[in-house]
Amino acid sequence: MRLGLVLSEVGQGLRRNLSMVVSVVLVTFISLTFVGTAILLQSQITQMKTYWFDRAQVAVYFCTDFTTAGSCDQQAATDDQIAAVEAQLQSATLAPFIDAYYFEDQELAFQNFQDQFAGNAIASLVTPELMTEAFWVNLVDPEQSQILSDALAGLAGVESVVDQRSYLDQIFAILNASSLTAVGIAALMLVAAALLIATTIRLSAFSRRRELGIMRLVGASNRFIQTPFVLEGVVAALLGSLLAGGAVIAIVHFFVQGYLTQTLPGTSFVTVNDALIVAPVLLVAGGLLAAIASNVAISRYLRV
Amino acid sequence: MIRFDEVTKVYRGNARPALNAVDLEILAGEFVFLVGASGSGKSSFLRLVLKEERPTSGQIHVLGQDLGRISSRKVPYFRRNLGVVFQDFRLLPNKTVFDNVAFTLQVIGKSKGFIHEAVPDALATVGLDGKGGRFPHELSGGEQQRVAIARAVVNKPSILLADEPTGNLDPATSDGIMTLLQRINANGTTVVMATHDVGIVDRLQRRVVELVGGRIVRDERGGSYTQAVPLVREQSFGPAEVTP
Ligand SMILES: Nc1ncnc2c1ncn2[C@@H]1O[C@H](COP(=O)(O)OP(=O)(O)O)[C@@H](O)[C@H]1O
Ligand SMILES: [Mg+2]
Repeated sequence: MRLGLVLSEVGQGLRRNLSMVVSVVLVTFISLTFVGTAILLQSQITQMKTYWFDRAQVAVYFCTDFTTAGSCDQQAATDDQIAAVEAQLQSATLAPFIDAYYFEDQELAFQNFQDQFAGNAIASLVTPELMTEAFWVNLVDPEQSQILSDALAGLAGVESVVDQRSYLDQIFAILNASSLTAVGIAALMLVAAALLIATTIRLSAFSRRRELGIMRLVGASNRFIQTPFVLEGVVAALLGSLLAGGAVIAIVHFFVQGYLTQTLPGTSFVTVNDALIVAPVLLVAGGLLAAIASNVAISRYLRV
Repeated sequence: MIRFDEVTKVYRGNARPALNAVDLEILAGEFVFLVGASGSGKSSFLRLVLKEERPTSGQIHVLGQDLGRISSRKVPYFRRNLGVVFQDFRLLPNKTVFDNVAFTLQVIGKSKGFIHEAVPDALATVGLDGKGGRFPHELSGGEQQRVAIARAVVNKPSILLADEPTGNLDPATSDGIMTLLQRINANGTTVVMATHDVGIVDRLQRRVVELVGGRIVRDERGGSYTQAVPLVREQSFGPAEVTP
């Protein structure tokens, strides 16, 4: 196959259909940016889930002198009551479900509070006596918090059993929904991109139908006839993919790293490195999409 | 070289067959006229030889190959053994004469060196020496058809198919084209030419295959356009009134 001839055909095709090619570039650009964003959002969610769910625990809060909830009656839990709960945690029924647990007494709780709200006015208002004592329990399977709740919630001196994952679940539900929205938009845009590429290639083939007819007549191989058109679609789509890759990297660099990380320190976010992995994926996806779409579009002209 | 066995072609949406149980053998080196009124199936016959269409039933062998068994991937390679010429020339208007002929060789992957030898050769054969730099619109109809013939024979095909190649040309120019086709035939290329040009067929006295409504009604060696004896199918035996 004569590479020079093929490339000059590709160049001609791109120039002849400039406005269509520009629209292909733009549509692949936007659709793949959505795809890239969706991928990064998914990886962000996974990353946060691992981070938070690993830390998420079931808290068994004890009564203080000020609480009235649960079985509390403004009576702090006694040492016996706490020991009874611990005995339950170590019992044959519960122990297999528990990975680890520790007791947070008022001193420790106070310390943690001071650390968490360092520099905040509220930190100076609390005293150790106001803090709630608790067992922090890590489960082997975080899904099974109900077992703990059933076993411990009714015991004397226990205020409540709280699975912290219930807070996280709401946040992740929102994040998941937005990620799914991005995926949905990306899918629709990809369909549009594929159709647009097919239409562009069909137009290009139509404007070259004379050459195509003669090529078929004199026995140019299907691959020879196909290649310039497929390359035409692929080149246009790759331009769009490059832009999308750049956009994704820019979003992570300027928005996520530049803004979100500053605003929400302590949360781990996707990095430019993640974006650098996604960009080639977009490139391959764009190229593949265009190759398939143009192949299908041109095959009509190759039927014998 | 070309063999049709009971070939019938029915186009979709057209109840009447374009070709009806056609049995025909064309031997290597023959010059065959395919004659008949418009719509009698001449072009369909040529398209079937080229494997541009599939027969509805029957078998076609070309150059020893069963066309029904050639995969669509192999069809291009099969076509490289055939040259085709049409009534409307089908040149590329934005390419020079040289490039039009060279295009054929380029797209089948021939080397530059080969192209620069073969194209001037082919142009000389058709009498267009020195006109390689012209564009099609700068040529007369006869010259354009010569370019088309040069393109068809530049790859030295074994068979040349011509679909009414003189249909757009005046008689004098047509004669020139016919001389050229005869010369190509004399050099060993089998030529099958569809035409309804009575004068040409009568003068050349070659094999004539006549189609009526997709059926072969006459196959005569050294024949003329109008037959010497009346049609058996349409008339009962009687005095031969038809002039030869
Ligand atoms: N692509 C096609 N689709 C449907 N009918 C066709 C097609 N090509 C030819 N025909 C029909 O087949 C018959 C033979 O046509 P054709 O082979 O072109 O005859 P000729 O070349 O002798 O004029 C005609 O009735 C024509 O209408
Ligand atoms: Mg015809």
